Amino acid sequence: MPKLHWEDFKPGAVAFYGPRLVTREEIVAFAAEFDPQPMHLDEAAASATMLGGLGASGWHTCCLLMRIIADGFVLDSSSMGSPGIEEVRWLKPLRPGMQIRVRSTVLESRPSKSRPDMGLTKFRYEVLDEIGSVLTTMVTTAMLGRRQPEARP
Amino acid sequence: MKYFEDIRVGDVYEVGRYTFTADNIKAFATRFDPQSFHVDEAAAARSHFGGLVASGWHTAVAWMRLMIDYRRRMDEAMRARGEPVAGIGPALGFRELKWLKPVYVGDTVAYKSEVIETRLSDSRPGSGLMTFRSTGVNQNGEPVISLVSITFVERRRETP
Repeated sequence: MPKLHWEDFKPGAVAFYGPRLVTREEIVAFAAEFDPQPMHLDEAAASATMLGGLGASGWHTCCLLMRIIADGFVLDSSSMGSPGIEEVRWLKPLRPGMQIRVRSTVLESRPSKSRPDMGLTKFRYEVLDEIGSVLTTMVTTAMLGRRQPEARP
Repeated sequence: MKYFEDIRVGDVYEVGRYTFTADNIKAFATRFDPQSFHVDEAAAARSHFGGLVASGWHTAVAWMRLMIDYRRRMDEAMRARGEPVAGIGPALGFRELKWLKPVYVGDTVAYKSEVIETRLSDSRPGSGLMTFRSTGVNQNGEPVISLVSITFVERRRETP
């Protein structure tokens, strides 16, 4: 049985997950597979771009965020997936050798109108570097199973 | 990439198709999103999805890869015609990403992107900002993903 259910995520709750060291090798490997642009693949080419040096694909940062929260709590929860992402902002580049953490804040919580066994929880996630600078922000809604499904009227 | 001045609202890029297999679904999810319904067929069959489904992030990055390959083909065609090619990026982020339906093993998703807004950039006078909506539709014609992205595109330099 999962430990965490929809009821356990109260608006205002803040939690930290990670850390995770991000290597040059994984930045280049992700980019080669999913986002093969010069600024994610090669230092010399990257230094000539607006990124000013090798940086991870923003999609890689999102996928790393997903993995960090998966290990942090999602795999111990009654997760039923997600309907989507309200917004992602790539504010600062994720550079090779950075150690990142994720700060999670519960923004809203409401029961599902269509499914009595499910609730919806809106989170803001922030990817932080070692000194707490925010590299990426994400606002997204999770579908979580309820510990006690609402009785049908 | 075309220069910012040559991009029009309504321009559509048919970027290509991607087929999701049990192997590529599990390989992606093992790295980034190892929830049981993305990595374990038996557990997925018992879940509310009723079978193995792709991570939504996999559905999104499949589009990104196709978009990069599409732009590369477009750039090569422009160079072959002797036209100058504009730089693109970095992207600022995205919004309104909707996972509209689950993507199951064997689904083939066709992606397209449409320009929905263009505007000049205050922070980077050499660039404009292009906003585009991308959608992925499965083999049954059902939309499975939609998102709105925004990125810098180089402006044409005025010759002195």
